[in-house]
Amino acid sequence: MKTAFELQTYKSAVKPTWCPGCGDFALLNALQKAIHALQLEPWNVVIVSGIGCSSNLPHFLSTYGFHGLHGRAVPVASGIKLANPDLHVIIAGGDGDGYGIGLGHTLHAMRRNLDVTYLVMNNQIYGLTTGQASPTSEKGMKTKSTPIAGVIENPIDPIALAIASGATYVARGFSGDVKQLADLVQKAIEHKGFSLIDCLSPCVTYNKVNTYDFFRERVYSLEKEGHDPSDMKAAFARAIEWPVVQHERIPLGLFWQAKGVPTYEDLEPALAKGAPAKQSLGLEDPEELLKHFL
Amino acid sequence: MSKRDFTFRIGGAAGDGVSSTAESFARICSRSGLHVWTYSSYQSVIRGGHVWTQVRAGADPLLSHGEAPEVLVALNQATLDVHEGGVAEGGVILYDSEALKVDPSKHRPRVRALGIPLRRLAQTLSPNAVMRNTVALGAAVRLLDLDFRHVETAFKGIWGSKKPEVVAQNVQAARLGANEVQDHGGSLRLGIPYTNVPRPLMTGNEAVCLGALAAGCKFLAQYPMTPASSIMHWMAAHGPAHGVVVKQVEDELAAINMAIGAGFAGARAMTATSGGGFCLMVEALGQGGMTETPVVAVLVQRAGPSTGLPTKTEQGDLNLVLGAGQGDWPRAILAPRTPEECFSLTAQAFNLAEIYQTPIVVMSDLYLGEGHRTVGDLDFNVPIVRGMMAADGGTPQGFRRYARTASGVSPRAFPGTKGFVFQAGTDEHTESGELISDVLAGLPGSVEERRRMMEKRMRKLDGLRKDAPGPELWGPADADLTLISWGSTHGPAREAILRVEGDGVKVNHLEFPTLFPLHVEDATSLLKGARRTLAVEGNFTGQFTRLLRAETGIAPTHFLGKYDGEPFGAREIADKIHEVVR
Repeated sequence: MKTAFELQTYKSAVKPTWCPGCGDFALLNALQKAIHALQLEPWNVVIVSGIGCSSNLPHFLSTYGFHGLHGRAVPVASGIKLANPDLHVIIAGGDGDGYGIGLGHTLHAMRRNLDVTYLVMNNQIYGLTTGQASPTSEKGMKTKSTPIAGVIENPIDPIALAIASGATYVARGFSGDVKQLADLVQKAIEHKGFSLIDCLSPCVTYNKVNTYDFFRERVYSLEKEGHDPSDMKAAFARAIEWPVVQHERIPLGLFWQAKGVPTYEDLEPALAKGAPAKQSLGLEDPEELLKHFL
Repeated sequence: MSKRDFTFRIGGAAGDGVSSTAESFARICSRSGLHVWTYSSYQSVIRGGHVWTQVRAGADPLLSHGEAPEVLVALNQATLDVHEGGVAEGGVILYDSEALKVDPSKHRPRVRALGIPLRRLAQTLSPNAVMRNTVALGAAVRLLDLDFRHVETAFKGIWGSKKPEVVAQNVQAARLGANEVQDHGGSLRLGIPYTNVPRPLMTGNEAVCLGALAAGCKFLAQYPMTPASSIMHWMAAHGPAHGVVVKQVEDELAAINMAIGAGFAGARAMTATSGGGFCLMVEALGQGGMTETPVVAVLVQRAGPSTGLPTKTEQGDLNLVLGAGQGDWPRAILAPRTPEECFSLTAQAFNLAEIYQTPIVVMSDLYLGEGHRTVGDLDFNVPIVRGMMAADGGTPQGFRRYARTASGVSPRAFPGTKGFVFQAGTDEHTESGELISDVLAGLPGSVEERRRMMEKRMRKLDGLRKDAPGPELWGPADADLTLISWGSTHGPAREAILRVEGDGVKVNHLEFPTLFPLHVEDATSLLKGARRTLAVEGNFTGQFTRLLRAETGIAPTHFLGKYDGEPFGAREIADKIHEVVR
């Protein structure tokens, strides 16, 4: 019988650098709980991040980590997963990273339905660069980069985008509810295919609008309202409730899940030869190859 | 005296089948045992324009695509207008006598204008006349006394065994063309010896793919861009059978970052692009340098700046690669001179990338990457050296992924390896991978730590310089002039040297297969005795010339740059040599 891993096994010695009260702590705790509940071997987990406050997360866990460039966590994670599909690949980052500079990669990764989990700590602001507008900042919000009229763009709706782009597990969590968040993360990791969790993760320093209280007054549970996550039309309707349609009620939980959809790895012909990271190297029959050129 | 080589040129509009006909002709020549060298001039259009391909073939190894053609096949009037005056003395112009008009006043002496009703003959076999190229091809084969059985083999290579009727029909079309030659003056009787022992014919890009396969490349992510796209095309078709995951991705940012991810996970990984795509990759290359992740990036240069001339060649991206990425990080830049080196240096790049755990760039260009050439022996017995691995005898206790060593290389571990968990960071970090950027930067211990981590990474340059191939001096030690070149300029430069040798001018040639880190001591000692030096490179500012001067203090006395989009020809280099030594 396998030795059980303690919750502490997954924690690293590095103390999180986030501000006291930062929503990202909750996601870190939820992730730690989820991989503990799943008893994943820490050496078979890779957490990939970009740049931003939330992207420091890999250092706080004792799994493999790759803390890369702003907006490029998704392609790095995709390369890791394709090179070794046996690994549990989890992407962590912020709204600027995933919905701003890296949005193109996010959409393409979702349409590939790679079997990875993407955790976006969405605080609707740029924190590490000290308070500029983000792609999810609400219209009218005054920030350092929008001091006069506030944000005049519409915010990105990550949930609707994800459903439309081919992600097969799409959920929203809230840092004010670690229990639900941990449950969503665990199910996302268990899900075969691309899973996105948009986690409302308040920035206590730079976002004075979207605070814990702001969310507590508005959030409700999709599950309790009887939402069926296998119904795509219903999922879209729920997805656009906030921030597209209205600002008073914010749904939390699993919007959309498509089970049994082949993953990118399932469809990739070269993987029949084994994981690229594990194959033996060198050519077996170069003469055969040269025949193409004669 | 009989000739040792000939040049064939075929021109038409894009969509006329110029390049496929030329490729068949090249294949017929390589199967005849000849050395072959092709060059295609085309534009960035799918239909129309004026495109032409030149195939030079000879009994001896070739060094350039040649000059005046002995045989010109004109598929449209524009081809005649542009090229008929350039056909070699005693050569042949093959054209459709019922559609096009030649102007004999433009022709050099003894040029035979061989009008064949290409379209009408083709229509006897198929109403839409698509095989008119094939009729012309058959005529050219007969003009050059090539063995007709290679025609069928070449067609089989294109259409495979699945469409025997298409192959048979095309062979018939070729025979019609050959018969016309028989009736109109017969062959050129060049007297070139054909061994009929086939030689492998491939592009530089295909040789890159073979080198990558031989070195155990298992991952290629790429975004289409001329002239690098054919690397992806070949790999997508042939790679998966060798376990290579080949991905066309959303952009070059994704391509390089995916390759780095795959490299981090333990697969030998590469990407390929041209200058514009490389511009998008530079930040991620620095990421490879900082996280010490191996990756191979192939840069097939085309004429810049910006979109530039997408279908034309240049050697103008050296500065870009030298300075790619912010800050200093260790890299090597290898520049193959031949298809054989496209193979061997790509294979070596995978070893260097893993031994030194850093990005390695292989730089070729359109001339070398897209031209078909026959190649000599390729040594597929590539030793695969994966460098220092933590699991080989290392202890998991206190694993330091970025341990400072004399070589600058630290033990590496792949995710999935029990006991060696670490976090790779693009921020500055300690030996164990902990960030010093966030809360420690600027504190006394961290200032020292930062300095030592920089020095550790940059120490890898010493090893890279030692392992990467150094400069080679070709030709007589005692010369009137030393030519200096890199990359694909190698062939035309050597051919120019052989030409001026006939005029009694002694020239040698210093060639650099590695551009960075430069072998300063070797270059200095090889150049010390040079009376005069002429740097020849395909760009405006002399990018390598400047690097050489910066690194060695030696400034070449003369410079020949080229930035018109065309490859160097032997003649223009020979002319410059005469000008310099006069």
